[in-house]
Amino acid sequence: MNDSYRIALAGNPNTGKSTLFNALTGLKQHTGNWAGKTVSLAEGTLLHKGKNYRMIDLPGTYSIFSNSRDEEVARNYIVFEKPDVTLVVVDATSLERNLNLALQILEMTQNVIICINLMDEAEKRGISINERLLTRRLGVPVIKISARNKAGFPLLLDTIERLAEGKIKCEPARLTYDKDIEAKIASLEPLVADLVEDRISSRWVALRLLDGDESLLDELKSRLKVKEGTA
Amino acid sequence: MDKTNCITLYEGKNGDFIQITSMDIEGVMRRRLLDLGFVPGAVVEVIRKSPLGDPIAFRVSQTTIALRREESSKIQGELMKHE
Repeated sequence: MNDSYRIALAGNPNTGKSTLFNALTGLKQHTGNWAGKTVSLAEGTLLHKGKNYRMIDLPGTYSIFSNSRDEEVARNYIVFEKPDVTLVVVDATSLERNLNLALQILEMTQNVIICINLMDEAEKRGISINERLLTRRLGVPVIKISARNKAGFPLLLDTIERLAEGKIKCEPARLTYDKDIEAKIASLEPLVADLVEDRISSRWVALRLLDGDESLLDELKSRLKVKEGTA
Repeated sequence: MDKTNCITLYEGKNGDFIQITSMDIEGVMRRRLLDLGFVPGAVVEVIRKSPLGDPIAFRVSQTTIALRREESSKIQGELMKHE
């Protein structure tokens, strides 16, 4: 069971994240507890082409900058538990709002699939989405689905499989900040890289430190301590 | 647009469209507002005021969000022409 790939589901509230989760796992969900956290995450199993995938349903959030417990849980899972693939579910009828979280996640981790859900609803409202252009701009696969009609699932499942197995590589578009911030990132990044090695994106950690994210700093401290203690 | 068009979100009237120019808010609250769609350049519609004028409901990025005076009075924007 432990050698199966782990797929995390992230997204804003009310994007049909749980509908997708239940459709993929066939409602076979149970809850799991994570080290150091009392918040439980729904977990389920997905069988695709004879392989098991563990799906983890993260709390729905608008952001992932640890303004709340939910955001902290979602952030810690993506950054420290390192799922093989992070599926970001976005609402086709409200892309502008939803892509905020997607961009934040693209800064944190590499293996991301953007899943545009509620396509049926968007089409009813006359919204059309050019997912190829989005794929090019974002540097990760963008797939249109409708979780309640199970539309778009074959392509989604194949993409999950290919990404988990390393057959396709993501190159998330990198946001460039202004000169001052980029200069500070450049001076912080090597120091961060020494500490976190290549397990976490040092650019992302540097950015969060510049933003004064104390919750992340505490989390890093406690995790590094644990590691030293067991080493 | 001339200066007279500059108002805070708090000063908006029902039905006004205001394009955000700046925010005098720092830290976690600033981050929160940005995440909710209160970003410079965004057009916000004043939907409804509470009986006592606080909080005020705004429509931003296709969602309705209510802000208290503490925040809405620190967000500046340009009042756009009525349709």
